[in-house]
Amino acid sequence: MTSTTTALAVPPDRGRSPWQDAWLRLRKNRLAVAGAVVVLGFALLCAFGPFFAQSYQVQNLNLGATGPGAAHWLGTDTLGRDLLSRILYGGRISLLVGLVASFVALVIGVTYGAISGYAGGATDRLMMRGVDIMFALPFTIFVILMMVFLKEPMQLLDAWLRNFDLLGVRPFANLQGVGKILLLFAAIGAVEWLTMARIVRGQVLAIKQMEYIAAARTMGVGSRRIIFRHMVPNLLGPVIVYTSLTIPAVMLLESFLSFLGLGVDAPMSSLGTLIKDGAEKMEEYWWLLVFPGGAFSLTLLSLNFLGDGLRDALDVRSSKD
Amino acid sequence: MLRFIARRLLETVPVLLIIVTATFFMIRFVPGGPFTSEKAVSPEVLRNLERAYHLDQPLWRQYTTYLGQVLHGDLGPSFKYPNRTVNEIIADKLPVSLELGGLALVVALGLGLPLGVLAAARRNTWLDYVASTTAMLGVCVPTFVLGPILVLLFAIHFHGFNASGWYGPADRVLPALTLGCVYAAYIARLTRGGMLEILGQDYIRTARAKGASELQIVLRHALRGGILPVVAFLGPATAGILTGSFVIETIFQIPGLGREFVNSAFNRDYTVILGTVLLYAAMIVLLNLVVDLVQVWLNPRLKFE
Repeated sequence: MTSTTTALAVPPDRGRSPWQDAWLRLRKNRLAVAGAVVVLGFALLCAFGPFFAQSYQVQNLNLGATGPGAAHWLGTDTLGRDLLSRILYGGRISLLVGLVASFVALVIGVTYGAISGYAGGATDRLMMRGVDIMFALPFTIFVILMMVFLKEPMQLLDAWLRNFDLLGVRPFANLQGVGKILLLFAAIGAVEWLTMARIVRGQVLAIKQMEYIAAARTMGVGSRRIIFRHMVPNLLGPVIVYTSLTIPAVMLLESFLSFLGLGVDAPMSSLGTLIKDGAEKMEEYWWLLVFPGGAFSLTLLSLNFLGDGLRDALDVRSSKD
Repeated sequence: MLRFIARRLLETVPVLLIIVTATFFMIRFVPGGPFTSEKAVSPEVLRNLERAYHLDQPLWRQYTTYLGQVLHGDLGPSFKYPNRTVNEIIADKLPVSLELGGLALVVALGLGLPLGVLAAARRNTWLDYVASTTAMLGVCVPTFVLGPILVLLFAIHFHGFNASGWYGPADRVLPALTLGCVYAAYIARLTRGGMLEILGQDYIRTARAKGASELQIVLRHALRGGILPVVAFLGPATAGILTGSFVIETIFQIPGLGREFVNSAFNRDYTVILGTVLLYAAMIVLLNLVVDLVQVWLNPRLKFE
């Protein structure tokens, strides 16, 4: 209904750009829209909710663990901390790691893939053989090793940051656990870029041989303009789609690490650490497992629906039929 | 084909060498060692310990010594468990992890393939919707959420199983289900996609026109091509099941190699870390080779290259 009215609203003589087409297709996909709403809602709650909710660190040992109720909607943990606040704070960390580590993977993957595809020939073969080999490796194992063995250098960085003195002011004096989070960004980003590199390389190779590139070249368009006006927009679709599918994968890896005790340190928590705590205490206090686990699964589900919707909306191949 | 296998096996050697080298220097680059966390060891004892394990020698010397040992099939002594070698630890723990992984793979294929085939054969019916939704849910509920919930339901609430341990056959059920379900969901999605693509091809229409029954079409004509994406996924899936068992072994207190690896990383048990990394890498590289062979066998249009 809405899509037809919007379609008519565009003046027929101008036509619609592929991006407008994609946007209309995305809006028609109910699952993708629902996914986007849930993800945005949860992100907003995580970003602004903690300002209104109780602090995630305030303990109330007399209270202890209580079930869901009027005072604490989702109950409290064994130290009497409000579970809702802890989920929102945990969601902050999880989403932050998801976004930033995916961005790291995006930058590495796009750069590597673009260079490989653009160079072509022997360079391309060598670079892609490297990716093939790395694909076959047990990467989770390397992330685990990195998290364990680079912990101490990161603690040094933490201390250095806290004592960092800028003209008598210490801007980072109160920061906690920054080193560990940076390490998570780097370690996860460093292993999640492989598929992105493959996709971008394939795309660059295909676009390079397109007739419209040759046409632009014969008409005397400069390389710079060819790259930014003709190649980048055609790369963007697959990159957006794959990034949106990387975010849930990264969040999963982060909570996997947290569950093994390799994620952020207490009193900070991610959804993964909350699930770990919940799993240890679920026999008496089921809500400590069910709510963080539910919030996490719902977020992943929504992100995946959104990613699938984006793929259907932006994928040029499937839009033909 | 033999040349293909030989070449791939030869390629494995530098790959494994790179892995061992990278791991070796990464874990040694960081200050501290297996004996530094111990409470108040006298300097003399520390020196003796380091001499006993050759840690006092220059790093490159230790590296070449280690490589020499590995070439003779000896992964060295453990640093944390006196009197135990890494070979013994692996021989002790690997069978447990392999059994868990094998069962999980059976669960994943046993649930995933029929679900995907069914969803594709009855496309856009309620059966398809139920199967597809279940599969999507399965992808999004991670093992470390599913496992504890299964324990809560079936072990604590209904007392059907033990919450942890690895003794009788019943103890295999919950861990294998937990680990297998996630991959069953992926496999169901891939199978459905692959089958749908094949079912739209001309030769399926031909088979239909020749009067083949629907069951015959699905099982004899479409399945072979339809499961190609699944076979390609089996390489990464096996790697995932191997590393995924780290979490499962922690949840269910299973004495497998995964838990041993995570502990060894925390303990800085250098030789155990190196040994398990090498083993996992070798297993994954070989499995990928097998997957490639099966792919060509299923789809003769692919060539060994």
